[in-house]
Amino acid sequence: MTQMADAVHPTSHAAVPHGDAHAHGHHPNLEHHFDSLTQQFDAGKLGMWLFLATEVLLFGGLFCAYAIFRRNHPEVFMYAHQFLDTTWGAINTVVLLVSSFTMAWAVTASQRGQRHLTSILLALTFLGGVGFMVIKAVEYSHKFHDGLMWGVHYDPAKHEHGHGHNGAHGAAATAAHGAADHAAPADHGTAGAAATAAPAASTHPEATTSVHAPETSGQPAATGAEAADLPPERAPLEPSQVALAPAGPAGLHTGGHDLHGPRPDNVHWFFGVYFTMTGLHGLHVLAGMAVIGWLFVRSVRGDFSADYFTPVDLGGLYWHLVDLIWIFLFPLLYLIH
Amino acid sequence: MSHGSHSDGHANGHGVGHIVPVGLQFGILMLLLVLTYVTVAARWIDLGPLNIWIAMLIATVKAAFVVLYFMHLRYDRPFNSIIFIGSLLFVALFVCLALADTVTNKPRMWGGPAPAVAEIQKPAPATP
Amino acid sequence: MSSLNPAAAGPLVGAPAADNYLTHSRGFWSWAATLDHKRIGVMYLAGIFTMFLVGGLFAVLLRSVLLTPDAAAGGVKTIVDANMYNRFFTLHGAVMVFIVIIPGIPAALGNFVLPLMLGAKDVAFPRLNLCSFYLWLIGTAMALASLYWGGVDTGWTFYTPYSTKVGSSGAFGGVVPVVAGAFVLGFSSIFTGLNFIVTIHKLRPPGMTWFRMPLFLWGTYATAVIQVLATPVLGITLLLLLAERLLGIGFFDSELGGDPVLFQHFFWFYSHPAVYIMILPAMGVMSELISVFSHKHIFGYKFIAFSSVAIAILGFLVWGHHMFTSGQSELLGVIFSAITFSIAIPSAVKMFNWLTTLYKGSIDFKAPMCYALSFMWIFGIGGLTGLFLGMMGLDQHLHDTYFVVAHFHYVMAGTIFVFFGAIHYWWPKMTGRMYDEGAAVLASLLMFIGFNMTFFIQFLMGTRGMPRRYYAYRPEFQFHHIVSTMGSYVMLAAVLLLIYVLIKSLRSGRPAPANPWGAGSMEWQCASPPPHDNFKTPPPVVDAYDYESLEWDERVGGYVHRGRRGGPAATH
Repeated sequence: MTQMADAVHPTSHAAVPHGDAHAHGHHPNLEHHFDSLTQQFDAGKLGMWLFLATEVLLFGGLFCAYAIFRRNHPEVFMYAHQFLDTTWGAINTVVLLVSSFTMAWAVTASQRGQRHLTSILLALTFLGGVGFMVIKAVEYSHKFHDGLMWGVHYDPAKHEHGHGHNGAHGAAATAAHGAADHAAPADHGTAGAAATAAPAASTHPEATTSVHAPETSGQPAATGAEAADLPPERAPLEPSQVALAPAGPAGLHTGGHDLHGPRPDNVHWFFGVYFTMTGLHGLHVLAGMAVIGWLFVRSVRGDFSADYFTPVDLGGLYWHLVDLIWIFLFPLLYLIH
Repeated sequence: MSHGSHSDGHANGHGVGHIVPVGLQFGILMLLLVLTYVTVAARWIDLGPLNIWIAMLIATVKAAFVVLYFMHLRYDRPFNSIIFIGSLLFVALFVCLALADTVTNKPRMWGGPAPAVAEIQKPAPATP
Repeated sequence: MSSLNPAAAGPLVGAPAADNYLTHSRGFWSWAATLDHKRIGVMYLAGIFTMFLVGGLFAVLLRSVLLTPDAAAGGVKTIVDANMYNRFFTLHGAVMVFIVIIPGIPAALGNFVLPLMLGAKDVAFPRLNLCSFYLWLIGTAMALASLYWGGVDTGWTFYTPYSTKVGSSGAFGGVVPVVAGAFVLGFSSIFTGLNFIVTIHKLRPPGMTWFRMPLFLWGTYATAVIQVLATPVLGITLLLLLAERLLGIGFFDSELGGDPVLFQHFFWFYSHPAVYIMILPAMGVMSELISVFSHKHIFGYKFIAFSSVAIAILGFLVWGHHMFTSGQSELLGVIFSAITFSIAIPSAVKMFNWLTTLYKGSIDFKAPMCYALSFMWIFGIGGLTGLFLGMMGLDQHLHDTYFVVAHFHYVMAGTIFVFFGAIHYWWPKMTGRMYDEGAAVLASLLMFIGFNMTFFIQFLMGTRGMPRRYYAYRPEFQFHHIVSTMGSYVMLAAVLLLIYVLIKSLRSGRPAPANPWGAGSMEWQCASPPPHDNFKTPPPVVDAYDYESLEWDERVGGYVHRGRRGGPAATH
């Protein structure tokens, strides 16, 4: 966040005294080492695009991890993504897109010197960020409640009572899935069309027992010395479940109400990827909100004019990048097929 | 020093920034919302492994509109586009080569519960 | 920093230049809050040099530990125990790589001379530049703070699962502060690179075309490209490592089904290009030194310029050669091996162009030139042994032996020679004082001898099977280790002599003329030390490697432009 502010900073505060008096008719926003506002604006833009390139590569690492985990174990992603709520994900996409639009409009307004409109649009953009983070917080709290967490903290026992409809949160979340799934029966009809469809269907009764297995074996594990610090995920598994694992993606049963199907191993990978990607993205949203808040203050103060709007433009670029990353995160995490 | 009349300051080739009309931006927003609906809807049609590519294609189209119009890259200096596309190429390079390793290799990630330490065929390289 | 702060710079007041960047304003805050790229560069230089001494101290200590095999083989280890030894080599590596060599030439010297060479008033984003420096300070402080939590013993590569599982005391351990420090240092590096790219693109004065830029700027530009494109991946790698250690996220943890080799992909995607972050600016300085001290136009300007860019790009395609023995797929190993060989081409292009520049030049064995020639020898060996290691088959034998240690010291620590050469070269410009040439040349020779004594024999040890990072070793290696350690003492002596030379210069060096070496690039056209604004009006852009128009002027003790006798140089 501070880096971001600084990336915008250099071209923004112009009239900082350097101890040297250049008093030859400079624009008040022109720094002493630039020859013209155009040069300064271009330099700021170039710097911002370079900064955005670093952000792309920062997230690139996470996309790489995603690709490798998904390539190696698609069944984990097929299974686990069902715990994400597509409706909330889609709403968040819309929120970010709209806030991106208000930001773009704010840039246009500031370019035209419409100060009040700029301030209003910046405020709206900020609210978009707030909305996004609130929805994200709701989603996160459901995940925490249901033990749908990363690595060692993944706890299937918290969400695999019966059919995973424990607690009001879980019910609300899965109901939305259910609705989506019912709306498109073709989806599941062909999903299991591969050769492994049969085992998936036939193991359906076992699936309900196997999801209880970690739960029941989890309790003795607490007394067992050697498994004492193993997370429930790695507690001994029922044979039926071990046998299921090689069945691959199609071994996942997604039909009807029992949308969770048998649980593959290492489901925590998905939530690790989910939380790192959305978490880092969320931090960027917060950073972007800080930048927009700062722009709002400056806009209200009247710092911007038709020939000096660079900070709004650069802040906008950053905000759009945050939107851009979400455009990819949404289908990759929520819309796995 | 400053650029005369600013609303058309870009008329001389490159003034300070290019002004994208609000109407055009609103149109882009509508398009993005439609494409979002299409992505969500596309998962109800099963196309096997094609689904992820379709989802990625739509996401790329959406991203392209955001970059070109909201981020003004279409009107910006070409070098900025080179930087942005370059960063994507380097991400692609990273993902492709790292992925090529796991694709052409025996899976190093165990499907089942972790084997006992003695059974691990490929220990992490020694970093004493 | 202390030796160069305004108080210590007192004697400079006696220098003829009335108003320069050192005397322009006074007081602590005039330095701590400065936006002047020259002052930021000087602060970087002081900080980096101090950290070089810290890292070097660790090196000398661990070389001393290795004088005797171990207790079982009849030796007695008195300095530290094995665990402390592990901490020493880890901190030596981490300090030297992240804190000293990576920012060394670009951030310290690049900051000082880049705008001057370009004919600009400052870098594009002065505040960001200061921010980079403070990030460097914070990152350094965090890395050193790890000592409080028991230090780090993972090696500078932080390989998982060791770094996430074992490490030092407790869940926090020393690993967390070091890794977080490296993350912050990464941002410092990114912002420096970003600043330089924008500066070179947007602040070139009229007439300064791309192919008129001194080659140091091409080297810095190629470096900056890597800094911007590779360092963010280090950032995410270190964040994931922290998440793994503190939150148990399990990406790299085989117990949770994760993949430790994935960490190596992440790490080397940055850390191999990082080697080129270290060497490309050094190569840029080399092109300046070789040409200036041969008094001959650089040979093959465009080839050198483009080979920098080629190295920067190819450097991204070879990271897998660090992982030949890590369980990487054979196919990928072959690809990485082949590209590794190809990167020797642009490196060799540079070497041959330097050699051709030397040919029939009137070579002036000043201290910077001695360092430059040392680097050619050292980099020649380092580069060629890199080809050995790039061969998949041979690497099975040599991996993680002293051969590797010797190789990367010949390459990475070789850049320290250029760093020293560059310090001497720009010292008169920075301080306005000349140094004692004789003592400086002696220091460079000692450095060269000590370096080769220390590391050449490590190639032999490595081929005979001495593994790296080991505290105890078989007695037959003791001779090699003793020679190596003696070499490190010689280097220590050289560094002490160098410090003496520099301090003596600050106290009583003769005032420097504007252009003591007869160099053609722009920074030598402003006074020594430069005024606060660099150039009131940008000087006319000339060929930076044209020495015909320069001649020695006895009155100023430096070079002046023909026909401009008593011109700019005499104004002070």
